[in-house]
Amino acid sequence: MNTVYGNIHSVETFGTVDGPGIRTVIFMQGCPMRCKYCHNPDTWQISDNKKMSVDEILNKYDSIKEFLKNGGITVSGGEPLLQIDFLIELFKKAKEKNIHTALDTSGILFDNSNKYDELIKYTDLVLLDIKHINDDEHKKLTGHSNKSVLEFAKYLSLKAIPMQIRHVVVPDITDKENYLTELGQFLARLKTVKTLEVLPYHDMAKKKYKELNIPYPLENTLPATKELAVKAKEIILNAYKSAKSANRTI
Amino acid sequence: MLNSCETEISERADFNPGKWQTQIDVRDFIQNNYTEYTGDSSFLAPPTDATIKLWAKCLNLFKEEREKGGVLDMDTDIVSTITSHGAGYIDKDLEKITGLQTDKPLKRSLQPFGGIRMAETSCSSYGYKVNPEISEIFKKYRKTHNQGVFDVYTPEMKAARHSAIITGLPDAYGRGRIIGDYRRVALYGINRLIQDKQEQFKSLEGEMTPDRIQLREEITDQINALKEMIELGKIYGYDISRPAQNAQEAIQWLYLGYLSAVKEQNGAAMSIGRTSTFLDIYIERDLKNGILTEEQAQELIDHFIMKLRLVKFARTPEYNELFSGDPTWVTESIAGMGVDGRSLVTKNSFRYLHTLENLGTAPEPNLTVLWSTKLPHSFKEYCAKISIKTSSIQYENDDLMRVIHGDDYAIACCVSSMVVGKEMQFFGARANLAKCLLYAINGGVDERLKEQVGPKYQPITSEYLDYREVMQKYDDMMEWLAGLYVNTLNVIHYMHDKYCYEKAQLALMDRDVKRYFATGIAGLSVVADSLSAIKFAKVKTIRDENGIVIDYQVEGDFPKYGNNDDRVDEIAVNIVKTFMAKIRKHYTYRNSIPTMSILTITSNVVYGKKTGNTPDGRKEGVPLAPGANPMHGRDKNGAVASLASVAKLPFNDAQDGISNTFSIIPDALGKDEVFMGDLAVNLDEGCCEGRFIF
Repeated sequence: MNTVYGNIHSVETFGTVDGPGIRTVIFMQGCPMRCKYCHNPDTWQISDNKKMSVDEILNKYDSIKEFLKNGGITVSGGEPLLQIDFLIELFKKAKEKNIHTALDTSGILFDNSNKYDELIKYTDLVLLDIKHINDDEHKKLTGHSNKSVLEFAKYLSLKAIPMQIRHVVVPDITDKENYLTELGQFLARLKTVKTLEVLPYHDMAKKKYKELNIPYPLENTLPATKELAVKAKEIILNAYKSAKSANRTI
Repeated sequence: MLNSCETEISERADFNPGKWQTQIDVRDFIQNNYTEYTGDSSFLAPPTDATIKLWAKCLNLFKEEREKGGVLDMDTDIVSTITSHGAGYIDKDLEKITGLQTDKPLKRSLQPFGGIRMAETSCSSYGYKVNPEISEIFKKYRKTHNQGVFDVYTPEMKAARHSAIITGLPDAYGRGRIIGDYRRVALYGINRLIQDKQEQFKSLEGEMTPDRIQLREEITDQINALKEMIELGKIYGYDISRPAQNAQEAIQWLYLGYLSAVKEQNGAAMSIGRTSTFLDIYIERDLKNGILTEEQAQELIDHFIMKLRLVKFARTPEYNELFSGDPTWVTESIAGMGVDGRSLVTKNSFRYLHTLENLGTAPEPNLTVLWSTKLPHSFKEYCAKISIKTSSIQYENDDLMRVIHGDDYAIACCVSSMVVGKEMQFFGARANLAKCLLYAINGGVDERLKEQVGPKYQPITSEYLDYREVMQKYDDMMEWLAGLYVNTLNVIHYMHDKYCYEKAQLALMDRDVKRYFATGIAGLSVVADSLSAIKFAKVKTIRDENGIVIDYQVEGDFPKYGNNDDRVDEIAVNIVKTFMAKIRKHYTYRNSIPTMSILTITSNVVYGKKTGNTPDGRKEGVPLAPGANPMHGRDKNGAVASLASVAKLPFNDAQDGISNTFSIIPDALGKDEVFMGDLAVNLDEGCCEGRFIF
């Protein structure tokens, strides 16, 4: 069998915010989305500057595993599902070694193909980033429809894969109460949501854009305050709870 | 005499018996009497009113000191000895533990035995002037350590010192790094210790070899120091000739032992040892007997720690620059595991850490937790909590050091481990291996001074550096450096023993002390990256008009130390092994055992200033990475990969310690405090299992 290589942006061996425990986070190269608040524009291009094989990654993981407790491997990006064959291979071998696997994705590429059935066999957790619950707004924000994203969430729920939902609050873009309520109601229809994380938008990536010579899309948007994020989280949770109590699940 | 013996017996009836009764053996006393504590921190008491008031006074004094430019007051008339000063207090009525270095808090004592010029400069830098009579005595009639060393140094030693290929040498200041077993004062009382020393003296009769003569003279000095300690006790109203009878006395006695040491020596590191669990035995007994409450116990510890925070020495601005501040390294080693499987965690381990809450954070005393994966979980949680809250705890790997030193060792300075009362070290600062590499390339010519400092070997003349050629020449140059370095240290420690002997500290140690000869290296990651650049990329030399290489141009990329990449990490490992093997070839003063450290924590900045451009692309003057750290910004795979590179370094060849300075903003550790606490514990366990000192 041919060795499968992944196009890798970088590896973070001390990941503490992308899944439980201390994790090795593999940032994959390439992403079809162009989210206005993206803080990793350097991962957009599907370049092959740095290739790593599955074995290489797992060997690296083995060499540091004594440092890690309750951790595992998270694949992030970029959009890791662009390289789904590599992902399947990596997670499959990781599970053979009993390593906890997490996928950090936007879900945008989901197409209900067999490959997804194969992938989730080896996936312990999905960190799903829902950018916007409203399709039109989603298009404005990312350049794509959110249909496949929401389909992916329902698919994971159906297949009983645990999910951690992430949502970024951007002033005037995602902070409207009706959208947040709608998001909460949507989440309530899923069975496997483990946590919800609502992050305030920050503009710390400006420097990266400058270095890459890309105009910064949110030049006129101020960073969100922590308070705004807390408030948004409350709205989502309230909607989630009242919808749950109405007991509607898919 | 009869009376004190009677007291001794009656007061000790409720301690478990053991070897400690018939010989000086504090560890045996601890093992037979301590109570391991596996519970949580809920028993801890807040500061008492007296503590709050006292500490407020101290804070005011610190503020005044800062406003006065770093020194509040200096003694210029009295040479500091154990009994040189009358009693000094912060506020006599409030203090439960008393004793100051001079007659006033933060007034720095005059200690010229290490070197009179250093003492004079320390004073003049802050606008004080040493009494001319004292200057005259130490220049004309009483030789100092510093004078002794310079009477003997070879021209080569002076040149190496001047160019800073060997640097930070304790040839003008006290070497420190010796821990007296101050617990002995409390457990045995001074009379018993004098008796023991007299027996030691008697055991050294017969053939008078130089070694024996030296030791006999030293023991006499030690006995005199012990007698002075009794006097010091009297100055503060205590009779420390007899054993301590309760917790307050145990702490007070122990502290007076330590105070004697800091009155007598201005050492580069004046660590206190491993006292918390020992003192817990006295506190537990008093608590049980109902003569002490938890509030009072905490108050005693708070006041004791407060005293340690007030320890200060007169030092020059250059010294402060080298050590980035004015550190005293009053290191206290806490917890760790016993060889019998019980942890040495007691309630008092918690109380020591709790001082960081009661008094607020402080760099001194340097509270160091001897970390083991097997420590009780609730203690680990408390450590994590206090670390997050105060960033003031140092952690070191007990699972590693216990194998070498057993379960009654302590840390001197930042990482040097030694068995309390039985082992000491000859502090040896460091050799700059980055500069050594430049000497290998330039045939012993210093790249900044443009002077021949090292041996005049054939320099490298090619435009591009060849890995094999460089390695061969580097090996030769390290051979030279190791020899020169060891011999320079031999001179220094001979003279320190002769003119600035630590009689108070050694009085609280065994007759035959095991001595480590502690060498150190700086610039490891620069060397590893430089050699990696030469091996895996192309390095072009840039020369001045005389052909001396003054800069390098790196063409292409190369693996960098700190990314868990064996290609370069193995270079670092080999350098450590090679240099240590070269050190071991040489005679070391007083049969001391050579060790090595990779642990510059602050001085790497000064070493960097004195090191020219290096083949890894680092520019002249840029700080070397601290200790065994990767160069700043070159570790691209996150902290764990960086730690993994460091963890490959062989501890057997760097037994005096490997440091990796590593800071994290709290937000990078997780999302809330509970979660962060769990994480901190997990990470530390990982580090320890990965053989390293954190």
